[in-house]
Amino acid sequence: MSQIAIAIVLGCCALGAGVAMIAGIGPGIGEGQAVAKACEAIGRQPEAKSEVTSTMIMGCAIAETTGIYALVIAILLIFVAPGSFAAIVKSF
Amino acid sequence: MKKTFRFKIVDILLILMIILPFVCGMVLRVLTKPASEGISISGAMIFWPNKCDPGSATEFHLSEATVNSWLMIVAITGVALYLTHGIRRGVKCRRTLVAEWIVEKTDALVAQNMGPLFREYSPFVASIMGLSAFSSLSSLVGIFPATSDFSTVFGWALLVFVLITYYKLKGGAWNYIKGYFEPIPFFAPLNVIGEIATPISMSFRHYGNILSGSVISALIASALGGLSRSLLGAIPVVGKIPLLQVGLPAVLSVYFDVFSGCLQAFIFAMLTMLNISGGFPEELFNKRQEKKAERRLKKAGGAN
Repeated sequence: MSQIAIAIVLGCCALGAGVAMIAGIGPGIGEGQAVAKACEAIGRQPEAKSEVTSTMIMGCAIAETTGIYALVIAILLIFVAPGSFAAIVKSF
Repeated sequence: MKKTFRFKIVDILLILMIILPFVCGMVLRVLTKPASEGISISGAMIFWPNKCDPGSATEFHLSEATVNSWLMIVAITGVALYLTHGIRRGVKCRRTLVAEWIVEKTDALVAQNMGPLFREYSPFVASIMGLSAFSSLSSLVGIFPATSDFSTVFGWALLVFVLITYYKLKGGAWNYIKGYFEPIPFFAPLNVIGEIATPISMSFRHYGNILSGSVISALIASALGGLSRSLLGAIPVVGKIPLLQVGLPAVLSVYFDVFSGCLQAFIFAMLTMLNISGGFPEELFNKRQEKKAERRLKKAGGAN
C-alpha cells in the first residue's frame, strides 16, 4: 500500500514540476518584447547602443525573476520534495 | 628596468597562488566524488562532519561550496597581488595596464550607477563581481561552482541587504519606519514583503541561472550518452565510447557556463549598486546633515 502511495507522490512531484514551468511563458514573452524594443531603439539611435544594451540586459534580468522562481520550485519538486514526502508517507 | 631574481621568484609564487586553488579544487573533486554510473545531478557534497543531516540549520557543516569559494578567494587575491606586484609610478608595463583598466572600468561603472557619494564602493562591487565570475567559471575546469549552491549566493545577498538597510537608515530611523506606511498605511505588509523579497530575488536569480545551466548541460550530456549507447552500442569497440557526447555539450557550455556566468556576475553587481544607491534617501540625508551642523553651531555658540 505504501509503495503505491510513494509512487503517486513521485508522479505528482514530477507533474507539479512540469506545471510549475508553465510560468516560463511569461518571462519569454516579456523578454522578447524588451529585446524587440531595444532593437528598435538601437535602429533609431545607433549611437546609444551601449546604454540601450546594458539597460535591456538589466531589464531582462529583472523580467526573468518570475521564471527563475518557477524554476526553483520545479527543481525543489524534482530533487528535494520526493525524499521528504516519501519519508512522510513511510512514517504513516 | 631589469627584473631581479627575487622579483621573479615572487612572481612565480603569485602565479602558483592563482593556479593552485583550481588544481586543489580538481583534486578534491576527484578524491571525494563518489563513483557513479553516468552523469548525476547532485548538490554540494558535505566534507565535514562525515555524518550529518543536511537539513539541520543549527549544526555547522563544511560543504563543497564553502571550500570552493575559499579557493576562489585565494585565487582572486593571487590575481590582485600579481597584477599590482612591482607597480611603480611612471613605469608602464602590461600588468599595470591591465590593473589600471580593471580599476578604471569599475570606477566608471560605480560613478555612473551610484553617483559620486558612493565612490568608495567600487572595490566592493569589483570583488563581488570577481568572486561571482570566478566561482561560476570554475565549473569549466570541473570544480563544483560555489554559486550553484544557494547558501553562497544568499550570503552575498544578505550582505547587500544589510548595506541597503544601513543606507536607508541614514535618512533617519523615523523616516525609515514611515517609509513602510506609504503611500497609505494599508500597504505596510506589502512593503515589508517587498523589502524581504529583495535579497531573496537577487539570490534566486543568480542561483537559478547557474544551476539551470548545469542541470541542462548534465541532462543533454546524459541524453547524448544514452543515444550513442542505443545507436552505436552494437558495434564492438566503438560502442563502448559515448561518441555523440563529443562536441555538442562543449558548445552549449559556452552559453550556459561562460556567457551566463559572466552575465550573472555583472547583473548581480549592477543590482547591488542600484539597490544600495536607489534606497538611499539623499534629500533627507542632506536635511539631517544640515540640521546637525546647525545644532553643532548653536552648541559652539552657547559654549562661547
